[in-house]
Amino acid sequence: MQPFDFARTSEAAEAIASGGRYVAGGTNLIDLMKADVEHPPRLIDINGIALTKVEPVAGGVRIGALARMSDVAENAIIREHFPVIAQALLASASPQIRNAASLGGNLMQRTRCPYFRELTFAECNKRNPGSGCAAVDSENRSHAVAGGSSACIATHPSDFAVAFAALDGVITLRGPNGERQVAATDFHLLPGNTPHIEHDLKQGELITSLFIPDAPHARRSAYLKIRDRASYEFAVTSAAVGLDLNGGSIRSARVALGGIGTKPWRSREAEGVLAGKNVSAALFREAAEAALRGAKDYGQNGFKIELAKRTLVRALGDLAGGVA
Amino acid sequence: MTFPPCYEPADDDEPPDPSRRTFMIGSAAATAGLFVSPSLLAQEPQKIADPHAIPISLDVNGKVHTLKLDPRTTLLDALREHLDLTGAKKGCDQGACGACTVLVDGRRINSCITLAAMHQGQKIVTVEGLAVNGRLNPVQAAFIRNDGFQCGYCTSGQVCSAVALLREGHAGSDAEIREWMSGNICRCGCYVGIVAAIREAKHATV
Repeated sequence: MQPFDFARTSEAAEAIASGGRYVAGGTNLIDLMKADVEHPPRLIDINGIALTKVEPVAGGVRIGALARMSDVAENAIIREHFPVIAQALLASASPQIRNAASLGGNLMQRTRCPYFRELTFAECNKRNPGSGCAAVDSENRSHAVAGGSSACIATHPSDFAVAFAALDGVITLRGPNGERQVAATDFHLLPGNTPHIEHDLKQGELITSLFIPDAPHARRSAYLKIRDRASYEFAVTSAAVGLDLNGGSIRSARVALGGIGTKPWRSREAEGVLAGKNVSAALFREAAEAALRGAKDYGQNGFKIELAKRTLVRALGDLAGGVA
Repeated sequence: MTFPPCYEPADDDEPPDPSRRTFMIGSAAATAGLFVSPSLLAQEPQKIADPHAIPISLDVNGKVHTLKLDPRTTLLDALREHLDLTGAKKGCDQGACGACTVLVDGRRINSCITLAAMHQGQKIVTVEGLAVNGRLNPVQAAFIRNDGFQCGYCTSGQVCSAVALLREGHAGSDAEIREWMSGNICRCGCYVGIVAAIREAKHATV
């Protein structure tokens, strides 16, 4: 690990003015600092800032950015009104990591691409812009089939961010010039030619809270995660789904996919197929086809295209009450 | 020949003297004596003042320690290398195996992927702090009774994790225990014994 200056603060304004890299749980950042993938010269511990509340607000729930994954997953409001969020959190990592990791940090976590995480590979545009991408033509079973570019096909690893995007989450950022809000779906950026720029986060900005709007499709929602082992593993594919049902007919739907995209993969295409139709296995398959249209097989990850479709079909079927 | 019966902790169960490390150091020195000249052995390890060191205060197993540590020091390294609390183990050193699990303010975390400096003012409990008044924690005793280990390397982490699991109320079924112990890997594959131990400890504590 490279040396760094360390400071702690209990004031957001002080953190923002510090010019330091924020650390909360540290489960991703400290790990990457040990691997020398990350080497911030200044680290500021923000755990003292009072940003851990989960509270009902007009139109939804507000979650402090420093709330821990385990606490949010256990929260009664979250479990009752936003089950997809609780399920995605509990499907993530291990109890130890969920106790440490904050929701703000979860959104900021970096890819598990092995070429990114291992310095012995010279090529990684995310780690070393302009150096190339070792994954595009090599071992890429775990990589993204959606949203990639010739510069980067690294998968976004978060489960929570997928559920958060599905439910139209909104992120509040506080910076040197005040606060602003960003939609969850706009926060993570596609790699394009600049895979090292991963978020719409300006210099000094701090995620202070996350808002999730209450809605019928949020109350009837679920997360299905497919992994290489039963627990404590990143998604091969996943689906966050929400349905607002009127009998057998779908008033509105929310769909986002994980494990397949370079960012949490909200599919308005699938939602468009579902809205206003009657629940059926054929409809869910049609939605899945729409969600994966344009997905690209890079050699070893092509299986994810069909697997993601089946994941979505099953998640929708279970949510609709055993259809399909 | 007959094998001794399985270990049954007695009422006055006392944790054994934590002398394994002392033994290891002693035997290493004895071995080194065969090969290394006495003049080298006589040299004290040099204490070099670390220019990056900052004061860090840690409350571990009910005792407050004031240290001067490089801010890069993980909580695990602070415990093992600076406080000689070698119960928490360094397995993967990247948050994947759980051998380093300790309790911080009653919650289990991986001590290898967090900095010591981030835990000032919190109550840290390691496996060394689980026994009370010389009596093993029921989880420790149950691990012994149920053969919840083979080599023992992951055991401190398993035990700390299991203590937290019981407090969290996640021992409702074997399947639930397995899911909520998924952050602790046992390379010897003693999961059957580990699950049995936790199941038994649940009944011992309620």
